[in-house]
Amino acid sequence: MIRILYFASLRERLGSADETLEEHPRTLADLRAQLAARGGVWGEVFAGGQGVLAAVNQEMAADAQALQSGDEVGFFPPVTGG
Amino acid sequence: MDIEIRVQAEALDPFAETLPVYRGNASVGGVVSFIGLMRDLNQGDEVDTMTLEHYPGMTERALASIVDEAAERWELEAVRVVHRVGEIRPQDPIVLVAVASAHRGEAFRACEFIIDYLKTRAPFWKRERTRDGRERWVEARASDDDAAAAWKENP
Repeated sequence: MIRILYFASLRERLGSADETLEEHPRTLADLRAQLAARGGVWGEVFAGGQGVLAAVNQEMAADAQALQSGDEVGFFPPVTGG
Repeated sequence: MDIEIRVQAEALDPFAETLPVYRGNASVGGVVSFIGLMRDLNQGDEVDTMTLEHYPGMTERALASIVDEAAERWELEAVRVVHRVGEIRPQDPIVLVAVASAHRGEAFRACEFIIDYLKTRAPFWKRERTRDGRERWVEARASDDDAAAAWKENP
């Protein structure tokens, strides 16, 4: 099981703030592909690969990162604080 | 070293927040503070209000990691980073970065490093409402990426 959080413009485009997946894919790249395969706006957001940053357990993570049960994955656009 | 990191929905008083980085510590020879303010103009449009969102938990971790990296690079006495979230208006302080050190050079460099990294690594997002009623997410700037990358090229 993993928990996924969506932030800012991503949350608005997807119409979802968070969800839980009982079965999780092996890596972050696989998770992106799985979400893109939902089609529609999910495909637009996740198929491009560019511009959607990811964190695993609140640390910035690259696509090769392996996922484990209990992980929290956050997806978000480039940050604009400060 | 004395470190204080906060994300808050309450108004931010940058001057009151700067005092504690040096008061009571006679080793401090200089303090550099950066105060980030909301402007009333972005991309040619007048902006009325802005709403700042963040990723609770990750934000504090990201800021702590940036401050730790600064403390490894320079000799610092104290660092305070306070960032607003929620709704703000033009002229409101968005962020304070206050750095105290024995000597000014370290304080200047560490302060600039922290704000440059904060702008590209800390998970905050701004949404603005223009005077003519449009709402939009603020786009990240390539110049901010360049500023952060420059610390890698010229450490």
